[in-house]
Parts: sequence; C-alpha cells; structure tokens
Amino acid sequence: MSNSKSKISLWRRLVSNQMFIPILALVLLAVINLIVDPGFFKVTLGLNNAGNPVLSGYLITILDYGSELAILAIGMTLVTAATGGQDISVGATIAIAGSAMLHVLCGGVSRPDHIATPIWVAFLVACLVGMLCGAFNGVLVAIFKIQPMIATLILFTAGRSIAAWINNNELPIVPDPKFGYYGGFIPGIPIPTTVFIVAICIVVIALILKFTNLGLYTQAVGINEKSSRLNGINPTAMKILTFVILGLCVAVAALIKVSRLSTINYSVIAKDIEMDAILAVALGGNSLSGGKFNMWASILGAYVIQFLTTTLYKFDVQSDALAAYKAVVVILLVVFSAPKVRETLSAGTKKIFTRKEAA
Amino acid sequence: MKKEKQSIFMKASDTNLLLAITIVIFFLMYLGAILFIKGGFTKPQMFFNILNANASLIITACGMSLVMITGGIDISVGGVVALVSMCCAVHLDYKGGSIFGSVLIAIGIGVAYGLVQGFLVAYLEIQPFIVSLAGMFFARGMTTIVNTAPFNVANEEFNALKNARIYVPGMGTVNKKGIYVPAYVEIGVIVAILIVILMFVLLRWCKLGRNFYAVGGNAQSALMLGINVKRTKFLSHLICSTLAGIGGYVYFLHVGSGAASHAMGMEMNAIASSIIGGTMLTGGVGNIIGTLFGVLSLSTIQNIVASAGLDQAWWTGITIAAMLCLFLVIQSIVMAQKKRALK
Amino acid sequence: MEENRVLEMRDIDKVFPGVRALQGVDFNLNKGEIHALMGENGAGKSTLIKVLTGVYAKDGGTISLSGQGEVQIHSPQDAQRLGISTVYQEITLCPNLTVAENLFIGREKGAFTNWKERNRAADELLKKLDIPAKATMQLSNCSIAVQQMVAIARAVDMECKVLILDEPTSSLDEQEVEKLFGFMRELKATGVGIIFVTHFLDQVYEVCDKITVLRDGQLVGEYEIKDLPRVQLVAKMLGKEMDDLSDIKGEQGAYTGEDKEERVFEATGLQSDAGIEPFDFYIKKGEVNGFTGLLGSGRSECVRAIFGADRVLKGEKKIHGKTVNITKPREAMKNGIAYLPEDRKVDGIIGDLSVRDNIILALQVLTGFFKPFSKAKAYAFADEYIKKLNIKTASADTPIKSLSGGNQQKVILARWLLMHPEYLILDEPTRGIDVGTKVDIQKLVLELASEGMSVTFISSETDEMLRTCSRLMVMRDRKVVGELTGDDLTQSKIMSTIAGEK
Repeated sequence: MSNSKSKISLWRRLVSNQMFIPILALVLLAVINLIVDPGFFKVTLGLNNAGNPVLSGYLITILDYGSELAILAIGMTLVTAATGGQDISVGATIAIAGSAMLHVLCGGVSRPDHIATPIWVAFLVACLVGMLCGAFNGVLVAIFKIQPMIATLILFTAGRSIAAWINNNELPIVPDPKFGYYGGFIPGIPIPTTVFIVAICIVVIALILKFTNLGLYTQAVGINEKSSRLNGINPTAMKILTFVILGLCVAVAALIKVSRLSTINYSVIAKDIEMDAILAVALGGNSLSGGKFNMWASILGAYVIQFLTTTLYKFDVQSDALAAYKAVVVILLVVFSAPKVRETLSAGTKKIFTRKEAA
Repeated sequence: MKKEKQSIFMKASDTNLLLAITIVIFFLMYLGAILFIKGGFTKPQMFFNILNANASLIITACGMSLVMITGGIDISVGGVVALVSMCCAVHLDYKGGSIFGSVLIAIGIGVAYGLVQGFLVAYLEIQPFIVSLAGMFFARGMTTIVNTAPFNVANEEFNALKNARIYVPGMGTVNKKGIYVPAYVEIGVIVAILIVILMFVLLRWCKLGRNFYAVGGNAQSALMLGINVKRTKFLSHLICSTLAGIGGYVYFLHVGSGAASHAMGMEMNAIASSIIGGTMLTGGVGNIIGTLFGVLSLSTIQNIVASAGLDQAWWTGITIAAMLCLFLVIQSIVMAQKKRALK
Repeated sequence: MEENRVLEMRDIDKVFPGVRALQGVDFNLNKGEIHALMGENGAGKSTLIKVLTGVYAKDGGTISLSGQGEVQIHSPQDAQRLGISTVYQEITLCPNLTVAENLFIGREKGAFTNWKERNRAADELLKKLDIPAKATMQLSNCSIAVQQMVAIARAVDMECKVLILDEPTSSLDEQEVEKLFGFMRELKATGVGIIFVTHFLDQVYEVCDKITVLRDGQLVGEYEIKDLPRVQLVAKMLGKEMDDLSDIKGEQGAYTGEDKEERVFEATGLQSDAGIEPFDFYIKKGEVNGFTGLLGSGRSECVRAIFGADRVLKGEKKIHGKTVNITKPREAMKNGIAYLPEDRKVDGIIGDLSVRDNIILALQVLTGFFKPFSKAKAYAFADEYIKKLNIKTASADTPIKSLSGGNQQKVILARWLLMHPEYLILDEPTRGIDVGTKVDIQKLVLELASEGMSVTFISSETDEMLRTCSRLMVMRDRKVVGELTGDDLTQSKIMSTIAGEK
C-alpha cells in the first residue's frame, strides 16, 4: 500500500517536473536513433580540409548547430517571462547585426583583401546594433504597450530589408580565415568553437541569475506588473532590459552565423530561427504567457529541437520538407505537455494504481 | 466646442474609433498619391489592380481578424494558401482533375486545418500561437512533399477561369491610342467582396458573431454569461482556416501556379492588415471593414513606394514596417488617451 | 422534495488536489426566501456556488430543482437554462461590448440580433432599475459600480427561480446597496429564491431570512435569522466562542515614547493625477490615523498619492521635517514608507511566485538589484513571518495564489513588515477576508503603533476604524472635508461629517 502510494507520488513528481518533457523527448529521440542506427552516436576524430584535427559525428553536429538556438533561447526565455510575449524578429535582427558586422569588417567593400577593423570591434558593433534593435522592440512593448509579437512584427518585416540596405545589397566576403574560427574550429582544438561560446553564455547567464535579482524581477513583472511597480520594481525598465539582453544574444548568434560562411545571405540567414527559439522555450515547459521560467529547461529544449532536426536530416528528409515532420513532432510534444492532457493522464495513472491496489 | 468633441471621442466604442482612424488615413494616402505621384493612381484600374492582386489577402485577413477578435492568432494561413495552390495545381495538371474537384480540395484542406487547429486550441487549451506555428511548418513542409518544383498550370478550363475579366461599368480610361479600356476585376475579387459582406453580417448581426467579441473581450466573463467559450474559439479557427483555404484558391486563380514559396509571409501581411484596420491582438476589438481598408492601405503604400521610384526590393519591407509601426503607435496613444480621459 | 422548496443540494462533495473543499454539504432554498450563505474564507461558499452554477463539476451528491427533480449541471449555460442566475463579486461582463449586449448576450433565441429592439429593451430595463447608463454605451466606459449594477440587472431580468448574489456589494456605495436590497425584496415577493453571500454582517441582518453556515468545507447548520444573534453567527463561522469584537477597543495601547509628537510624514497641497483635490496631511510617530468616506470619495487615491503609486502632480512631502522627493513607490520605500494596496489580487500578490518570494520582495527590491538574498536568508525571513503572523501555508515554497484570501493578505502584510517601515499605510487590509483574520490584523496594527510605527488605516467598515484610529480624515467627493479626534470619534459624527451637516 505505502509502496504503491510512493510510486504514485514519485511518478507524479516526475511528470510534473518541468524538465520532464524535454528530457523525455531527448531520451525518445536517442532511443529511436539507437534502434535504427547505433552508428548515430559514433564520434570520430579526423582531419578537416585545413588539416586540423576535428571531432565529427552526429552528436557533434547537434552540439555545434544547436548553439545559435541555445543562445537565443536564453534571451527568449527572459523576454517571454517578463512580457508574456515573444520576439519574432530575432532571425531578422541576426541579419541586421550580421550585416553590420560584415560592413565594419570589410570596410564597405565587397571583396576586400584584408579586414578593415579588428574582429572584436566588429563584434562590438554587432552587439550595439543587436542591443539597439532589442531596445527598439522593448520601447514599443514597454512604453507603447504593444503586444510583443506585434511590436516585433515590425522588425520582422523590415529586418532583412534593412540588412540588405546596410551593405547596399552586396554580399561581402571576409578574407581573414581567423574570422571562420568562431563558427568552426580553432586549429589544434578538435571541439567546435561554438560549444565554448555557448558554455561561456551559459556561465554568464548562470552568474547573472545567481548574483542579481534578474530572475525574481522578470518573473514578478511577468506575473503581476502593477504589483511589481508598487513594490518598487520598474516594469518598463525590466521589459526593455530583457529585450536588450535578447539583443546581445542575437549579436552572439549573428557572429556564429556569419562566421560559418564568412559572408551573409540576407533572405536565408537564420531563417525561421525565431520559431525554433520560441519552440525551445515552450518545449522547456515554460508558459508562453509569461511569469515563472526555467532557463535550463529552455536551453535543453533548444538542443532537443536540434537533435530532432539532425535526426530528420539523417533519415534523408529534404530540408524543405523538414518542417512538416518537425511540426508533427512539435504537436505531439505540446499536446502531451498541455496541462489539460497532463491532468487527464495523471488522473488516469492514478486510477490504474488505485485499481491495482484494490486488486 | 472642445467639450463636445471630447464627448464624441468618449462615446465611440474602441472598434469604431480605430476604424475611423484607419479609413481617414487610407483616403488621405490615396488622395496624396493621386495628387503628387499621379501616374497610374489617377486611373481607376490602378485601384482595381490592387484589388485583383490582393483578393486572397483580403479573404485570409478576414479570417485572421476573426481569430484575433476572439483573442487568438493563426500564423498558418500563408502555409495553407501555399499548400492549397500546390495541391490544386497538381490535381488539375498531373491528375487531370476538374475545376470543381480543385475547389473541393481547397475548401477541404481549409476545413481540415480548422478542425485540427480549432480542436487543439479550444478543447486541449494549447496556445494558438504554438498550434498554428506547427500548422505553418506542416503546411510548408507538405507543399514540398506534394511537389518540389514550382510549375504553371496548363489546364485550359482553368486558364479560361483565371483570365476571366469582369468589367466594371462606368469605369475606364482612354489609352494613348484613343481606345476606351474598361476597368476590370478578376473573379477572385467578387469572391472576396462576398466574403467581406458575409463576415460583416456575421460579426455585426449574428448572435454567433457577437459571441466572438465577448470571448475575445473576456473569456472568463463570456463563460459566466452563458456562452460556450470552447465552441466559439473552435469555430473562430474553423472559419479562419476555411477562409484561408478559399483565399488559397483565389490566390491560385490569380497566379495560376503551384510553388512552395507561394504566399511567403502572407500571415504577417494578414496580421498587419488586421492591425492597421483596427483589430487588437488583445481580442474583443476589430471590424471587417477596417480589415478591408487595412489590406488596401498596405498594398497602396507598396504601390506608392514602387511608383515613387524606390524600386529597390528592400524599400517595400521597410515602408510596410514603418507603416505598421506608425499605426501601432497611433493605436497605443489613442487608447492611452482614452483611458486617461476616463479617469 | 418539500412543496415550498425551489432548490435542494444533498451531500455535495468536491475535491481539489490535496484539499477536500466540500464534504457532504446540504443546502436548501425555499421559494421567496433570501438565504445568506456564510463562512470564513476557505469555508467552501464559493466552491458550493460554483458547483451549483456548473463552473466546477461536483464529485458527489445531488442537486434537485422544483419541477425538474434531480438535475445535472455541467456548465454555466446549463445553470442559466435551468433558471439559476448569478452575480459574482468580480464583474463577469465583457468590457468591450455595449451595455445592452452585456444584458442580453448568451440568453437570446434566434441567430440574428435586432439591435434596435434590444437597445429599446435594455433602456427600459435600465430605467426600471434606475441605473445611470445608456444601452449603447461601451461597458468599459461605465464606472465599476454601474458595471456591477448592469450585472445585477442582467441576473434580475432573467426568468430565474434561483438568484445567486456572490458578494455583489463590495463595489457599491450605500445608496446602491439599498437599491439592490429593494430589488431583492421585490423578487422575493414574486417567489424567487435568493442566495446571498457577503462579508458584511449588517447586510445579512438587514435583508436575509435564513442563514446557512459553512466551515472547513462542512455544513455547520441552517438557522432562522431571528434565532441566531450576531455574536453566535461569528462564533459558528469561526468554530469557537469568541468574545465580542468590540473588546479590542480597550487595548488601544498608545505609543508613549518621548518623540511621540514628532511628525514622521507630512504633506502639503498634495495632488495626484487620480482626480483628487489637493490635500494636507501629517502623521505623528506611533499614531494610527485613517481616511474615511464613502466608496469613491478618494480615500485610496490620497494614500496612493502619499506613496507615489499614482503620478504626483504637485505638493510637498516631508519626512521628519525634511523635504523629500517621492514620486515613485521605490522612493517612498527608501524613505521608510510601506503601502498595502486596496486590491489584493491586482496590486498585491504576485500569484505564481512562492510565499517566500512574495514575502521578501519589498525588502529585496530595497536592498538592490545586485544584492540578492541567499536562499538560506530568504527562507529564514519567510519562516520568521509565517510563524509571527500565523500564516497558514503548506510551506514557504507554496505559490501564494493557492492560499486563502486572508492568508494572502497576511503574506502581503509580512512583506511590508519585513521592510521595518517607519510609516505603514494599510488600504482596506480587512476587505474580503474572514472575521478571525480581521481581528488579528486590527490587533497587530495597535501593537505596531505601540512600538512606535505610524500607521494609516483605511477600511469600509467604520467600526473597524473607530476601534483602531485615534484621528480620522473625513472625505467627500474627492476632497478632505474634516478631521475628527478624541470625543468626536463616533459613528454618528462621522456620518454627519460625510453628509456635510454642521
């Protein structure tokens, strides 16, 4: 009797844990891959074109290409928590920040022989541009009280055009191979650089959450703005701040994206990434209507999405058709994690356990 | 005098106030275009071409407004339009199907979308944004799976329908050769006008229509007032997706081809049109006539940009965004003023 | 079913995760009867009402209506169809629709709306009930009191057998309450059974015929009004014999420090954008004073102006005689002022956050963005005040929204006490909470004052203010019209000052 009761509570605790859904999805994906082809998990050490030792394998691909998403998920989680809405302009602002970075790096010339400014200066410019875009969104949301999705629709619509405009619709190519390190490998280190970048971002945000009240304030603002104000929090500033932080995340993602190609394609770069980033937040079990959040669940959610993408690619799904399969998986996940369905499920399991008990 | 103005301002419901702003701005804009840009704007056909090109957007935007009034959102409509075009194109060309069959397919896809999305949103209480996001992914993916390469439909019957022109009596211009060219609209425009009228009647005079407003205004209250909130939400999605299906067919009729890249970003244009037309994403406020003017404003500004010689592709995106920004800020300020005046 | 019965509820059970909200509750309602449903917060009144109106599904028991026998109610529509109409405490109307639509939506036949006919009917109804609104007005453009009256008009207009009034009076002033009682008596005469839920004991004794008392989800009993004097009613609700509430009057232990004449806070010509006339105000160390006046007379607006919760237009504020600049809540907090807002749900609690986070919030904000408390410290603070104020919660990690109203209020109080303010403003701290907690809070106020804290106390219940305050600002029409101290502090003097009699 007590045994079955503890079973129930353990099961319920497990099911109600926020990390449950992303972890379950991860395990499920891993098991499917294990059954179909255990080679999925093989990681090999080889040499790349430049003759440097690099790790390769599907797992490395996931870690590598999930980076931008994981970084964006950090900012998106905060924006979602504080404003109860999402930023759908991140893809477009990556294009803007990336374009600005290229403009500075190439000095406005489309085929320069050498970079015009140091990479770190260009990155700082990208950060500034990203933060400006974030502040623009933030001001619309916080001061003009426009719903986040709609406010960010403006940059979503204009972003790629602005990006093209910055470089006069040319596609500059960065001549310095060092620039490629950020989205690729540093010679001599077999682990993708992006993994380190994500690690740095995670450590930074962990420190921020630990040593400031960012978490408490954003959640308070997201749950009850009026009350937060009466407790001395400035909700307007907090909302703008979360958008600015997301802008920084965008700049870092732009660095990786542009570095991967050493150039830019305005209409394709980071396309649909806003959708993936929002999904990462939702997959992490965070309410999209704001309030309480779990940062780590979001980041895990980002990698789950990348895992899914990579798995689908492995099954030879065309990149265009990918979306359809992803959609099915997403729907299954959200249906399963919907509070309504979970309630029914947990009531169902409870019934099963009690029936067993009676028997 | 000032006092009277204030009272009219206060008396107007949110819906009417925002509608009035939109219509005034549209007419000023078009008048400005006629006066300063001249060119095509002085000819009636310019206006009808805007209608021809945007009939499908008008239809989908009507559905979008309905969902937004009910307090939801549907970003799958662009995907549905693309999927409908592709399926109909394949049906007509590769399968040698009939026009009637293709219309059925279009509506069928719309209804099926509405049933599934409506169920997930209304009865499983999943956020509409996420549901329709997945819906959009699915539609775009399916379009490629149905057929990868874009192609034009060669079916003769269909092309006859596509090129059918309905002349507008009393409107027309004399061209350089001195021949009178009557202004015309395509079949899609007739469909769009019918749908606008139907939706207007639904939202204005049907009990069901008012229920959409009630649910969007305050779902909890609506429940207490004895409205079946779940069914109302379900129906809003069903109608929206069905309209997206119909809009998809009208789009198909206009372009006459199937392609995975069709109607890219149409959902955003539909949302933008609704907002410019005075629909608020918070729900409960909106008007179909406003949406119609929203679409017209949006496409007029695109045409103005094109005629003004700013033919670089990016200007369109930037001007639409700027206009959206302008309208949002106006809405926001008007509502804030109103709130303050009430205090 | 007895002949005269209109509603019988038998053995009603309702279980929420972890709580048995109702256990075998019986409830009877006769034709032409006004029946008060009483109990502390968390006693199960709201749950019982929501089971009856189909908002919650019951887990056991039966509901029978006269003429229909046992009925199943699965939704508010079902309830409406069966002739049960309800007015809730929170206004459950749609702000974006017109008054007429709010009156008739969801209960008309046919697929189309005849606007003209509907507006005519609505105007007629509004006129009959003497409600100052037009059919075509958008509801959100009406005042809260009018909105509540519209909700009542809607319920009254329905051909109902059972009318439920769930604390409908909290946003009405006295005249409006009288008007409401008028309707209730008229309806009663036509044979409608009325269930009346309220926290105001006076109102119960004014209109009701019978009282059913609930406690902890169980039925305590059903009584004729004449058989149950006030004191006993309170005792039944609390489940213990209680000394009469007025007893704490004697404990008005005043602060006796040497600096008791010092003005902790002083304001001159203060005015905010919330539409109050400029006013002067001061409070001395260890003093308890208050603002009194009818609802909407500007009591809350005054204290909000003091705290900087509304935008301050003009006026000077002094702390201990030194001029300070307080335009934002944060600046007020820095100057040792704390403010417990009137509307607990909207302005007070942060619903999804834990009791602990809710308690530490104000102090945390004051300490600074870059200096978060350690977990251990936060728990220590929370546990200290949970114990001190006797807050009933499963743990410090429980989300505050799952606590009862009274306990939520104590958490908010704890939040401000933790800040150790010099000057504490309590705006309706006892509204909508149970009698036991009310007394606790009043006692606490006096205790704090005797320790040297200055307190401004606002309450709709005048006797509460008389018990706690030693000086009262009287307000009328958004203006301070008088100040009462000493022997003037009587019910009748307050009334006459409010009314403007000399």
